[in-house]
Amino acid sequence: MILARMQPTTTWYLLLAAAVFAIGAVGLLVRRNPLVMFMCVELMLNAVNLTFVALARRLNDINGQTVVFFVLVVAAAEVVVGLGIVVAILRRKPGATADDIAMLKG
Amino acid sequence: MEAFVFIVAAAMVLAGAIGVVVRRHPVHCALSLILTLFGVAVLFIAQDAQFLAVVQVIVYAGAIVVLFLFVIMLLGVDKVESLRIEPLKIQRPLAAVVGVGLLVLTGGAVLRSGTKTAPVVDSVVKDQPNVNQLARSIFGVNVFAFELTSVLLVVAVVGTMLLTRRPGRGGSVRVSTVSAVPGVSDGDSR
Amino acid sequence: MADLVWLIPALPLAGFVVIMLIGRRLGEPRAGWLATAMCGAAFVVTAGVFLDLLSKSGDQRHVTKTLFDWVPSGTLKVGLGFLADPLSITMALFVTGIGTLIHLYAIGYMHGDPKFSKFFIYLNMFVFSMLLLVLGSNMVVTFLGWEGVGACSYFLISFWHTRGEAPPAGKKAFVTNRVGDFGFMLAMFLAFQKIGSLDYSVINAHAATIGTATATAIAMLVFLGAVGKSAQFPLYLWLPDAMAGPTPVSALIHAATMVTSGVYLTTRLAPLLHAAPNAGKTIAIVGAVTALFAATIAVAQNDIKRVLAYSTVSQLGYMFLAVGSGAYVAAVFHMVTHAFFKALLFLGSGSVIHGMHEEQDMRRMGLLRKFMPITAGTFIIGWLAIAGIPPFAGFWSKDEVLLGAFTAFGGLGKVLWFVGFFTALLTAYYMTRQVIMVFFGENNWNRQLDVTAGHIGAGHDVAADHGADHGDASSAAPTGVHGLFGSAEAHVHAAPHESGWLMLTPLVVLAGLSFVGGAINLPFTGSTKLLQRWLEPVVGEAERQVTVGSGTKIVLAVLTAVACAIAIGAAFAVYQLKRAKPVEPAILAHGWYYDEGVSAFMGGPGRLGFEAIALLDAKGVDGAVNGTASAVRGLGTALRRLQSGFVRNYAVGIGLGAVAMMAWFVIRGLS
Repeated sequence: MILARMQPTTTWYLLLAAAVFAIGAVGLLVRRNPLVMFMCVELMLNAVNLTFVALARRLNDINGQTVVFFVLVVAAAEVVVGLGIVVAILRRKPGATADDIAMLKG
Repeated sequence: MEAFVFIVAAAMVLAGAIGVVVRRHPVHCALSLILTLFGVAVLFIAQDAQFLAVVQVIVYAGAIVVLFLFVIMLLGVDKVESLRIEPLKIQRPLAAVVGVGLLVLTGGAVLRSGTKTAPVVDSVVKDQPNVNQLARSIFGVNVFAFELTSVLLVVAVVGTMLLTRRPGRGGSVRVSTVSAVPGVSDGDSR
Repeated sequence: MADLVWLIPALPLAGFVVIMLIGRRLGEPRAGWLATAMCGAAFVVTAGVFLDLLSKSGDQRHVTKTLFDWVPSGTLKVGLGFLADPLSITMALFVTGIGTLIHLYAIGYMHGDPKFSKFFIYLNMFVFSMLLLVLGSNMVVTFLGWEGVGACSYFLISFWHTRGEAPPAGKKAFVTNRVGDFGFMLAMFLAFQKIGSLDYSVINAHAATIGTATATAIAMLVFLGAVGKSAQFPLYLWLPDAMAGPTPVSALIHAATMVTSGVYLTTRLAPLLHAAPNAGKTIAIVGAVTALFAATIAVAQNDIKRVLAYSTVSQLGYMFLAVGSGAYVAAVFHMVTHAFFKALLFLGSGSVIHGMHEEQDMRRMGLLRKFMPITAGTFIIGWLAIAGIPPFAGFWSKDEVLLGAFTAFGGLGKVLWFVGFFTALLTAYYMTRQVIMVFFGENNWNRQLDVTAGHIGAGHDVAADHGADHGDASSAAPTGVHGLFGSAEAHVHAAPHESGWLMLTPLVVLAGLSFVGGAINLPFTGSTKLLQRWLEPVVGEAERQVTVGSGTKIVLAVLTAVACAIAIGAAFAVYQLKRAKPVEPAILAHGWYYDEGVSAFMGGPGRLGFEAIALLDAKGVDGAVNGTASAVRGLGTALRRLQSGFVRNYAVGIGLGAVAMMAWFVIRGLS
């Protein structure tokens, strides 16, 4: 198979990550359910992780993977806090979507 | 061989990503997210980041998505969202612009950059196992950041506990963020 | 001693402040004496500075004393500086000298006036301003004085503000002066721009190097200021109306001092005029035209003060004729002699008005020489002086002026000379007419008058009380109620009486000066031309040398004197002997309808112009300002839609911003 003889270059990984990032961004802007929006954020973070790892491999530097490690930790913390906020809001107003918080209208 | 792995994993990732965005039921979105995470984990292994792959599966797929599912089920946010309507008319076109822009620009930048032609070097961390190198980096050079992240985790947990405390129980701590929600009466907070 | 030049204006200023603070308590007449003393002290200091300058040699006579740095702003350095040099001290001498005499006179004249001390406040303030004007070492100090005398003129003209005609006259004076001041200010700006300094010494030093166009521009702008302040055509119309003020005011301000500031300023800038021959020509022509114009009007006036007012305008025209012809010494000479005899004439007329119980119309006077002998005698001396009869002062100075005009500008000079000559005839004529109508002729005191003929005396001081100023026994009968302007009924007056010593002393002193005043610049030999030698360091080469032979000079002088004598004879024949009909056409009585013309223009086309500008201001300027505000508000309203309140919109904004930034980096990297 031709495919077997091709080597996936760093570029492939980077492009894939770019695609996932873009999908995540669009999803964040389009969906209204707060939890789904959060998941899209996670998508974007994953894309970034993938980029870091690919480049760490390419540049032969372990620090790229270190960064991913920390990103993972922070993402976890962020999810905790974010979901806490979502819970707090949704408990008061069940069925709220992102559009319902519009007090900053100028 | 590696190409085959890449293609399969990439398919998983993309399928999951698109699933997150287009599925109407939040639980389906969560499951798609899991698919993406697994795909990313496979890609991590293919790039000699074994430790991270494992951590990804355990933490991300195993904890974070589970957390999502918990919240979905606890709060009954499982109402199916109608994707057909969009109250803010300008949102979709602009979102399309953002998406396409990001993709094109990032992709273009990547393609123009110099790492493209070189095949993936096979020898990233051949001298030592991946875990050792990672450990050396985290606990050596970046130990300060490591300690800070531990603080971060504690703060996050404590903060969330405060955020989600039901008011009226053990003191009347009002959460400031909630007051941003219009039309909320305090009637149910007794 | 010359260093004390700053003290000269400081003394009247002190008088002004003191009387302002405690004048009412000082009351009459102490406030008046204080003011007179201050003015007299200033005269003494001036005399001292004068003697000090005399003791120096010619080019040393030039002391500048700067009190402090007034405007240290960038390249413009203006200090409050005083300059003691021949020209300024000459002016200061007669300003303070005649000023003191008039202060003394005013104590008597304003006796019984309820605003007695206020009058002296203004008088001292006026003397202070005038001294600033003449002693200033740069244009800004002069301008300060210039504006000050304008303001004081306004205050003093409208002093009796309850009378109908005084406030408008004051306003007219102020506004007309303002038109001229605009020229002065532009001259200052231009001088600063081209020369970089406003000091007279610097300006005059640079006069030759700034080019004819600039010099002409500055000179003409300065002359514009002079036209306003010194009542030349076309801005003379405030001076006749200014006669609504008390007579000491007319004597001081409108005869001797303020109106001469224009002559002073142009003489001070003589090197500049020397570098601008066209300006000189224009000034001479305007002066000559004004002289003739005003003299023709004076022939037909019936108010004793208005004749003298038009006469002042005419004589000022002579001074500008001299300035324009480059005969600065003649101008200053005539200024000095004119100050003497015009002040004398005005004060004399004041004495007459007082003695006639506030009557000002000459047609109701007559035969006063029998009742007011000293006034008559001094007035006659003044008359002879102004008519140009030798050996009185006016003859010598008028002759110098005419000689200066004759020898200037080639053919034009001869024409100007003729205009001046004819004006001299008219001057002799109308002054003789005045003297005859007032002091000779018949007793017309109770004459009925046709109210439409000419101007009747400007107002009567209803509150006048003829108490203490009469040394002799006066009639005890109260003055009848005087009708205001327009009343034609006969007044039964008590006989007119001579004025008291307070008013007569200045008259006598001024008469003496009018008699001998010519001695300061007799034209016979170089050594008798005292004034010319004295002023030489100031006007220097700007003064044109007269190159005609002495034969021509004598012929011209004799011609003028004889012609004036004939004119006197003619007036005598018309008015005393009644051998011919008086020529007083209505057009002259109304001043060639110039005043009416100006009012019509200002009321008609002028008003349209003002309203157009006001409209431009409202629509254009205000419109621009308000328009900017509305535009900003509109922009804000439009931009407000960005703040929808929806988080997702904000997120999209962030996304778009990120895309834009990335695009910029990528494109930058590409190129």
